[in-house]
Amino acid sequence: MDSLGLYVLAAAVLFGVGVYGLIVAEHLMRKLFAINIMGNAIFILLVAASGPIQGSPDPVPQALVLTGIVIAVSATAFALALMVRLYQETGQATLSSRDDGDDG
Amino acid sequence: MTASALALIVFLPLLAACATVAFPGRWVGLIVRTGLLPLPLLMLVPTAAVLDQNVVHLALAGHASPLGIEWRLDSLSLLMLWLNVGITVLISLHAGFTFRPDSDRGRRFWPLWLILFASMNALVLSADLFNLYVTLELVTLAAIGLIAVESKPAALRAGMRYLLLALMASLLYLLGVGLIYGQAGTLDLYLIAEQIEPGWLPVTALTLMIVGLLIKSAVFPLHAWLPAAHGNAPGPVSAILSAMVVKVSIYMIWRLWFWGAAGWDLTTAANLMGLLGAAAIVYGSLAALVQDRLKMIVAYSTVAQLGYLMLLFPLASALAFQAASYHLLSHGLAKAAMFLAAANILNSVGTDRLQRLAGVDQRLPLDVFALALGGVSILGLPPSGGFVAKWLFLEAAWQQQAWGWLILVAGGGLLAAAYLFRVLGVICLHPRKRLDKRPRRENPDLASVAALILAVGAIAAGFFSAPVLDLVSAGLPPGMTP
Repeated sequence: MDSLGLYVLAAAVLFGVGVYGLIVAEHLMRKLFAINIMGNAIFILLVAASGPIQGSPDPVPQALVLTGIVIAVSATAFALALMVRLYQETGQATLSSRDDGDDG
Repeated sequence: MTASALALIVFLPLLAACATVAFPGRWVGLIVRTGLLPLPLLMLVPTAAVLDQNVVHLALAGHASPLGIEWRLDSLSLLMLWLNVGITVLISLHAGFTFRPDSDRGRRFWPLWLILFASMNALVLSADLFNLYVTLELVTLAAIGLIAVESKPAALRAGMRYLLLALMASLLYLLGVGLIYGQAGTLDLYLIAEQIEPGWLPVTALTLMIVGLLIKSAVFPLHAWLPAAHGNAPGPVSAILSAMVVKVSIYMIWRLWFWGAAGWDLTTAANLMGLLGAAAIVYGSLAALVQDRLKMIVAYSTVAQLGYLMLLFPLASALAFQAASYHLLSHGLAKAAMFLAAANILNSVGTDRLQRLAGVDQRLPLDVFALALGGVSILGLPPSGGFVAKWLFLEAAWQQQAWGWLILVAGGGLLAAAYLFRVLGVICLHPRKRLDKRPRRENPDLASVAALILAVGAIAAGFFSAPVLDLVSAGLPPGMTP
């Protein structure tokens, strides 16, 4: 198997792990881990697909992945803050209970 | 001139957002006004430019793509910009009271509100797939922050659910962007059509992106997060969520479909998208019919109304494009008005459970009037903006002898009438059941006036449709002729 195939396979496996975790996990922290793993799978795929097949690698996908990582970090930070606040208000860090509140 | 005006339209609210965080003192009110109020005036410059040249291109700070950021303004972007500016400024009148800038609540609310506003403006101006991703991510994060701004458990849970789905959706979109770049070698939305031929890889990429965007726009059957999120958010936030936030991702699907994949044969997929829209209209309306909270009814109504925007895909004619664009505008105005009115009712009565609202029309006549006017436009009675949109949809379906879609549009109006008249019936038709308790809290007059202006706007849209429709038909997607 060539190296590109290896990266694609790794990305696919990671993505699968992420989807599985997102569906199966109850705790929000685990769900966030799962989403981050899915994100990393996509970043691997983008970097792998950008070469170097011949000559120097294409800088654009690298720039995309860098921006993607920045966004993933800030989104994760935000999600963690939201999770902590949810835990403080309700005493649980899962989404198992009913979703609509009483009055608006 | 145009360049600086467009830059200000994005960066003025963004700078104001930063300033409200940096100086959280008594100047917040002034900063917020500086960030919002000049925008309608600034909009006149790009409007004149689009009327003059049809399409305006702009490379920010002189850096061209692929590594710089390019903006592009055409009729559809201009319509979205005006809608966003108008609706945000009007809702801000209302939010000025629920979230006073000098209060603690206000200091949490206004930075997010301004960021949301700025990022939606940037989104409709973006011309490449990756900037669209970044701005959409900003829109989502700001929107979820706003949902959770009051830290109510129900809103926090709804926001969290929305966030998990939205993050997954953005990853699907990003994967699609990567695949498209690999094929086309460009990220420019308006160049990829020339660069790639439909094949299994581009089709997979397009599918991934569109599924991601469908999750973000809560199109049936991916709508499950919307009613809880829109129904539990604070009033002004619900209004902007339903009026604009779900629309910008549908706007992106339109761009991908009609510009990015111009010339592809997508008939089967288009019919599938139309069927999703049909299911949304029927399911959303029926679900709205059985809700017992006013804000949840309005939220499910959004699920239903988004379905009409999906009918553009199977109909795909110039008339349908005008219809869908006009539906975007009139639904935005009407739904913002209805959510603001519902927020005023909730604030005054202390609950929005329908059976406790009997007789509320005597205490809050202006708000019930705004709710009813918004409802008139939603169900498409003449002479409202909703009527113009529905009429154009009917005409487009008639022209193509697409009887199924014709029946759907007509029947959708009846379903909307059912859930809206149920609300108005409960509120107005109980002569003996007066509300005897004093209001829990008084609403300031301006809060009701803001709702009323939006509602009157939704009705007035029925009278002044000609210039907007002309504008829309000046910027039809490639391959559509009037």
